[in-house]
Amino acid sequence: MSAELQQSGHDHAISADRIRTVLAAHARLDRDATRLSDEDDLYEAGMTSLSSVNVMLALEGEFEVEFPDQLLNRAVFSSVGAIQAALATIQTG
Amino acid sequence: MQLIDEIRSNAVELAAKHAADVDERARFPAEAMAALRDIRALSAAVPRELGGAGCGMGELASHCVALAQSCSATAMILAMHHIQVACMARHGMQSEFFREFLRRLVREQLLIASVTSEVGTFGDTRSSVAGVERNGDSFTLNKDATTISYGRQADALLVTCRRAPDAPPSDQILVLVEKRDYQLEQTSNWNTLGMRGTCSPGFKLTSQGSAEQIVPGSYADSSAQTMVPYSHILWASLWYGIASGAVARASSHVRSEARKKPGTVPSSATNLAKVVVLLQSIRHHWQAVAGEFDALSAAEADMQSLLGMSWALKLNNLKVSVSESVVQVVHQALQIAGIMGYKNDSPISIGRSYRDLLSAALMVSNERIATKNASMLLVLKDDQ
Repeated sequence: MSAELQQSGHDHAISADRIRTVLAAHARLDRDATRLSDEDDLYEAGMTSLSSVNVMLALEGEFEVEFPDQLLNRAVFSSVGAIQAALATIQTG
Repeated sequence: MQLIDEIRSNAVELAAKHAADVDERARFPAEAMAALRDIRALSAAVPRELGGAGCGMGELASHCVALAQSCSATAMILAMHHIQVACMARHGMQSEFFREFLRRLVREQLLIASVTSEVGTFGDTRSSVAGVERNGDSFTLNKDATTISYGRQADALLVTCRRAPDAPPSDQILVLVEKRDYQLEQTSNWNTLGMRGTCSPGFKLTSQGSAEQIVPGSYADSSAQTMVPYSHILWASLWYGIASGAVARASSHVRSEARKKPGTVPSSATNLAKVVVLLQSIRHHWQAVAGEFDALSAAEADMQSLLGMSWALKLNNLKVSVSESVVQVVHQALQIAGIMGYKNDSPISIGRSYRDLLSAALMVSNERIATKNASMLLVLKDDQ
């Protein structure tokens, strides 16, 4: 789903790099967020439950979406790939 | 006979008998804890397949209530022990080491304490300074804990720490160390206003063990799925128990006043009626969350919902609400009991309950929880 959205190329395409930029600004990781792989565990990289809330807020702003409550759990925000998949389900839903 | 009935008939009276001395001398409630061991109450949270009683949250809470009405320290020690056992029973069942340890806990009624606090984390249990250092199949773990409740009296400790010394502070795991694995050097005293019998000074822990003693998975999950729900619900129930014990003493005072003037309702009875409204709403609050938790545990084997923000908020709200309202209840109980309640050596003394309940807002500080809730509510939309 996410791949299709990226190919569509409209303004709200969910590119992994835009997610990394949000993470770099808000996740307070121990390492360079722009060099994270899609699968790297963000919590193991130092994101806390408090900084994850800032990430959620910033993602909502960046992609002009609102996460429904059932997506507000650790697993959904555990990696760039997981965030990308969650954003895709909101935009297509 | 149900375990709760055995607790009521074998441990509650003994706990009540020694409660004042436990409080005064800030000593471990050894008599009541021995009685709980005798009736095998320490394995209440161990699953039946491993020989325990397999009690759910509602049942464990009822044990804590019964004990808290007479001795808050005994109830708190039992609650903290259940929290540690639940962490192993809910997250260690795939490990033969932890299954065997829990079987042994049933046989030997081992008492487990928790080491979550640490110098330098400022009360944030989801962050650690110490990391476990692995060396092949063995490990070394040293931690400077600001408080370890019944640390001296426990048979084993469940310790939070970083996954490795160079892991981020929030990448934590749980490690079980038994008495033969560790040394404790006491670093501070436990001379407090209340909850004195929990014997919770600071200790420097030095330990070593084998890698199988590390609880599988991450503490991020076991904290959200077990440590936080068990702590907040069992604490709420025992705080309710302490408050209801105080109200019971106040109401005995109202009855004796009523007997002096038959046919009239003493003014204190009206105040009693008011405080019972609050007491009942507190009971309904923890009972409802305990019931929801048990229903969820029965319906959802992977406990995924507990990782969601709605549950985190619900549990935080329970903790904050109950810890604040029990203090109002005990304050009103004191107004009803009057000078007889103010006296430390009267049969309806309220002082100890009052002092004990003042700890509720401080253990995992309400202020910290309010900050977390405020931040979660920036993204959480509905009340569920």
